[in-house]
Amino acid sequence: MLSLQLYMFQRLSALLMAPFVIGHLAVMIYAIQGGLSAAEILGRTQGSVLWFLFYGTFVVAVSIHGAIGLRAVAFEWGGLKGAALDGFMWLVGLGLFALGARAVWAVTFAKGAGA
Amino acid sequence: MTAEVLKVAIQRDADRVDTFDVPAYENQTVLDVVSWVQQNADPTLSYRFACRVGMCGSCAMMVNGVPRWTCRTHISKVLDGNAVTIGPLRNLPVIKDLAVDMDPFFDKWIAAEGVHHGALTRDDEIAPIDETSATRVEANAGIECINCSVCYAACDTVAGNVDYLGPAALQRAWTLLNDAKDEGRTAILDAVSGKGGCHNCHSMGSCTAYCPNDLDPMSAIAGLKRETAKNFFKRGH
Amino acid sequence: MKVAKGITSRAHPLWLAYIMHRLSGLALAIFLPLHFWVLAMAMTDPVRLDGFLHLTEEGVVKLAEFGLVFLLAIHMFGGLRLMAMEWLPWSTSQKTLAAGATAVSFCIAVLFFMRAI
Repeated sequence: MLSLQLYMFQRLSALLMAPFVIGHLAVMIYAIQGGLSAAEILGRTQGSVLWFLFYGTFVVAVSIHGAIGLRAVAFEWGGLKGAALDGFMWLVGLGLFALGARAVWAVTFAKGAGA
Repeated sequence: MTAEVLKVAIQRDADRVDTFDVPAYENQTVLDVVSWVQQNADPTLSYRFACRVGMCGSCAMMVNGVPRWTCRTHISKVLDGNAVTIGPLRNLPVIKDLAVDMDPFFDKWIAAEGVHHGALTRDDEIAPIDETSATRVEANAGIECINCSVCYAACDTVAGNVDYLGPAALQRAWTLLNDAKDEGRTAILDAVSGKGGCHNCHSMGSCTAYCPNDLDPMSAIAGLKRETAKNFFKRGH
Repeated sequence: MKVAKGITSRAHPLWLAYIMHRLSGLALAIFLPLHFWVLAMAMTDPVRLDGFLHLTEEGVVKLAEFGLVFLLAIHMFGGLRLMAMEWLPWSTSQKTLAAGATAVSFCIAVLFFMRAI
């Protein structure tokens, strides 16, 4: 069940993410050449404000987008309704945000990262 | 027609299907087949029809899992070998056999503000309408809807969401929004922005794929999304 | 059997696009927590992270990786298609042309990119 507001958040977060997804795909294609290693990933991201902002914004957008998307699926296919449905949406959104923020922090500014 | 006898399976209940042998004819619609069963094999079979020429919108049924207007569907088009399965329209409560309760469908038509919002009285001049204007072309695209509920039965979003107004009602809302003679713009935009509104649509396009009159409810709903989104940026809600 | 019949009766292109979009979105949402959890190991357990990253050399994991990239790509293009359809007041043929042009240019860009690195 989508109201106009949730619909707009869903579409705007998607539009915001489109360039990030293309960037993410490009980095992936580039990064897997010759295998992946923690040192290689961290060498790119550690201490970088740019990558922090890139992945940070990406995480915020994907948390919103994923929460609203799963809400529609939980309602239509799972029969979730009312407060349970809203609770589920917030749980997904905040959960994705917490895990995502932790990961972004880990590869950029966390102390002892890649030690 | 190669088969002499058609094997016609008719859904009578959630878990009861009766199969009838129906003589095949050169010219025979799905509705003819159902009528033959009612007149010759089982007079208790309930179904609904009126005009038999694709105008009244009362004879729609599920034919081999697809919603169709049965009076304008030739049986040869849907036969699987010499067999066909006929059931009541999807997404609506069944009254008996092939007759469904259309009330939810028409209630949503009203809930989507699919009613005339006039501002003029009988004393006013008839407003001139430019048939070539962009809004009139949009309005004209949807006015041949016969309320048969085929789109409503085809839509998976309706199946998963009892509040969803559905393709026919939303298409009517879009038609009226574009009608220069209709003054209900705010009421319509509010009605289609609620929790059962146009934003629930996932553009799966089954409405447009199965509309017997070749209308395009999916694009009409996209029009509503566009208008409400524009409003969202203007008014902030 | 009943499910398969239900699907074939509405398997037209736009319905398939809808179901692909929904299933790819669902799969991505399930994968994301795992993805975040593994990346956070850079902070908590760098050695284990390297172990995970070396896994990506394995055939099965490579296949799964390809699957994820594929899911992300179809979810994005499916979504952009949806938004173009909803928000751009273009005719159907204009949209088909635009989608074709986008797909072709994306393929060329990826090919070029793969050759360049």
